[in-house]
Amino acid sequence: MRLFAKILKVGLVTEPLGPGDDAVVRVARAVEAKARKLLGRAVAIREVDAGSCNGCEVEITGLMSPVYDSERFGIHFVASPRHADLLLVTGPVTRNMEIPLLKTYEATPDPKVVVAVGDCAQTCGVFRGSYAVVGSVDAIIPVDVFVGGCPPEPADILRGILTALDRLPVRKGRA
Amino acid sequence: MTGFLLEAAQVLLALALAPGLVGLIRWMKARLQNRRGAPVRQPYLELRKLFRKEVVLSTNASWIFRAAPFVVFASTVAVGFLVPLLAVPLPFDEVGDLLVVVYLLLLGTFFLALAGLDPGSAFGGMGSSREMTVAALAEPTLAVAIFALALGAGSTNLGQIVGRTMADPLAAVSPGHLLAFAALFIVMLAETGRLPVDNPATHLELTMIHEAMVLEYSGRYLALIEWAAALKLLIFFALLGNLFVPWGVAATLTPTALSLAVGALLVKLVVLAAAVAIFETRVAKLRLFRVPELLSASFVLALLAVTSSFLLR
Repeated sequence: MRLFAKILKVGLVTEPLGPGDDAVVRVARAVEAKARKLLGRAVAIREVDAGSCNGCEVEITGLMSPVYDSERFGIHFVASPRHADLLLVTGPVTRNMEIPLLKTYEATPDPKVVVAVGDCAQTCGVFRGSYAVVGSVDAIIPVDVFVGGCPPEPADILRGILTALDRLPVRKGRA
Repeated sequence: MTGFLLEAAQVLLALALAPGLVGLIRWMKARLQNRRGAPVRQPYLELRKLFRKEVVLSTNASWIFRAAPFVVFASTVAVGFLVPLLAVPLPFDEVGDLLVVVYLLLLGTFFLALAGLDPGSAFGGMGSSREMTVAALAEPTLAVAIFALALGAGSTNLGQIVGRTMADPLAAVSPGHLLAFAALFIVMLAETGRLPVDNPATHLELTMIHEAMVLEYSGRYLALIEWAAALKLLIFFALLGNLFVPWGVAATLTPTALSLAVGALLVKLVVLAAAVAIFETRVAKLRLFRVPELLSASFVLALLAVTSSFLLR
């Protein structure tokens, strides 16, 4: 019973999603209007770690927490690329992850959207020039939106996903 | 003739309500986690999206993989015809009884397990083997628990069981009924892939059961399987609600009785959804090797239910 008393006492902790810094999210390629309409209210995400240091993953985990609660926008994570609509790719693409990343992209049914998260996904960051790194994410698969930051905040990642789907600004934090 | 029309209306109502029921449980769970959560209509939006998406098939998939979603969906819809949702007696009562219901549900499970094995992915086979373990333990409990009620009614026909309890309200609080309810509730959790047997919210490959089998599905195939799973949940809720607390089910086919029946069904579904949401907030997932213990406990409950209703007859 103490658990339920605590649940009642704490109340809703989900924070409304504010406007944020425009410089963080960069649109590389506008998603087609048809795809945006179809995926607008229900998006399944497959997360692909293409060689990241896991800093971005820690922030992505925050998306599902009660504070950021991505589910209120109809965004949820799935276990298989075949269920996914959106690939969330992190890290500089390493030689070992180049083919798995391509295969994941091919296994995802159309229409699909790719959001690259973190500075490494854009520029390879401190790993640029390393013998183990092939290049940035857009060198391997077409990227729709880049989210900058090392690591980016969960709110910025949410904004990046919603920008790709053309759903910003959100009403009263719920969209 | 009106009976057949009512049957069709009942199945359409069940199909329309099923995704909403899943959405309601998700919304309640979100609020219990102090989250805002997705709106109740979210599963409808997801189904609409999946029906319009492309289908990606594995090159190793055979016809079984493509046929399985239709078998799963059709068998679940067929069960919808046999379960008394709104009124008793129904014309389809003649077609099948409790045994048909149990084995139609098992047919869907069987084909889903085959489809999990078919594309040859590692997680699919693991999910199939787990699902079969759970199904083999849960299926006899389901049958035996309803037998406890059938013993009192003198028939395995679900419509007649409902009619008997309505005629004799005291039977609803007999030990046989209460034990059978507990057994069936546990089986419902196992069969529909809910906590503590399977977790519908997690996507961790090592722990999932139902989802591991459908990992290879996409587009409209996935939509059919998800819809069938939601319908199965609604059917189990309706079984729990109408077999054990049959009041509200229409005995005559008048408009007032039927609208009352729809209202009663909605109330029962919401109460059971709240019960599942609160229960899932309170418990953690069981280790896979502990699941047989839970299911054998529910089997013992079902066995006691049959014994007590036999002795107290």
